[in-house]
Amino acid sequence: MHAYANPLRLARLLDAVYPWALAGVLALAPIGLWMALVASPPDYQQGEAVRIMYVHVPAAWMALFTYLVVAGGSAAALVWRHPMAEIVARAAAPIGAVFTALALVTGSIWGKPMWGTWWVWDARLTSVLILFFLYLGYIALHEAFDDPDRGARAAAILAVVGVVNLPIIKFSVDWWNTLHQPASVFRFDGPTIHPSMLWPLLTMAVVFKLYFVCVLVLRVRLLLAERRLRAAEGG
Amino acid sequence: MLKAVFALLARDLRLARRRAGESLLVVAFFVLALTLFPLGVGASPDILARIGTGVIWVLALLAVLLGLERLFQPDLEDGSLEQLLLSVAPLELLVAVRCLAHWLGTGLLLALSSPLLAILAHLPSEALWALPLSLLLGTPTLTLVGAIGAALLAGSGRGAMLAALLVLPLEIPVLIFGLAAAEALIAGTDARAALLFLGAFFLGALALAPFAVAAALRLALE
Repeated sequence: MHAYANPLRLARLLDAVYPWALAGVLALAPIGLWMALVASPPDYQQGEAVRIMYVHVPAAWMALFTYLVVAGGSAAALVWRHPMAEIVARAAAPIGAVFTALALVTGSIWGKPMWGTWWVWDARLTSVLILFFLYLGYIALHEAFDDPDRGARAAAILAVVGVVNLPIIKFSVDWWNTLHQPASVFRFDGPTIHPSMLWPLLTMAVVFKLYFVCVLVLRVRLLLAERRLRAAEGG
Repeated sequence: MLKAVFALLARDLRLARRRAGESLLVVAFFVLALTLFPLGVGASPDILARIGTGVIWVLALLAVLLGLERLFQPDLEDGSLEQLLLSVAPLELLVAVRCLAHWLGTGLLLALSSPLLAILAHLPSEALWALPLSLLLGTPTLTLVGAIGAALLAGSGRGAMLAALLVLPLEIPVLIFGLAAAEALIAGTDARAALLFLGAFFLGALALAPFAVAAALRLALE
């Protein structure tokens, strides 16, 4: 890990990973989308609207996964002063925020035909909304300081505090929800998901993850270039 | 080391006493903000009684949030924060003491004045002790967690909006369990679980938050 504290070596690793991830996205995305939108059967209850799931669920998974990347990078940056971990965390945060927003928006579009309303204060929706605000706070704290290194360290502390709190928030919201909404609108603890739907879902999840890697590489390259520019300007 | 701790506590309390007006402002905000609710949702007693507990808890949370700016910013400006950093006592301990002194001037006053708000909101008589009890147990956690946000923003020149964005998501568990405790006590149902969770949050925050606050303050003073 410490070898990659060298920006050039990190850049070389990124250059090696990027074509494979991009090729994976380009190859798998059409297959995944075709499986999800055409080949998989409509749901017996939800009809065609179930196809939103193939975007919604991978986005929600990535929203959580990306926060772990941000927090892991931040922890490494705080413990070892690892400069590149900091950059990876910073690069990942806006991607995670967009995944979270995507999960919220697709969930809302899915909710309208299913529950008849755009939004319910369901435990899961509420905690994803809070996660979104955690991302926004992290990004805003980065921007709050004139000195970018200070902003990065402050944001790293916040990310680590956030990841300690995340399970507590999730648990509290679950408790609150069972307290206030005994019969939630959506509880389809039906049969486990059928393979004809599972495979498109897993394919889409892989596509989302590879897409994340692609965008992360691009954003890390951007931040590295910004850093060099700052250094060249003597700032 | 203990001498340094008590010296800081004595200094903070003396400052709080000399600037008693600032603490009273927190209470004034608490009462004034509640006044907006009858104006906003109508003064009918049954509406107020139904939303009253939640409204008072949310207002207490916001009042604590508004007071956070005074936690480290004045000390950063006049240089006494650097003296704390140089002290023989660990900064983490001094942070906890500072939070205690700050809580005495905000959270404690909010808890003590909450029965007045309960009367204004037409809450049942059980609320007269249930609200202060839940606030006594919950507001220290609000202060400790809020201190993380205050320390992170110390010296950034950014105001209360960003502090709210950073701190509010982290305070949500306290609000949920504080309200659950207050409502169970008012309804006369079993409030033990919610009270125990509030206590657990407090102990967890007391053990962990000073480290995050101290790390953020060291960063602010670099």
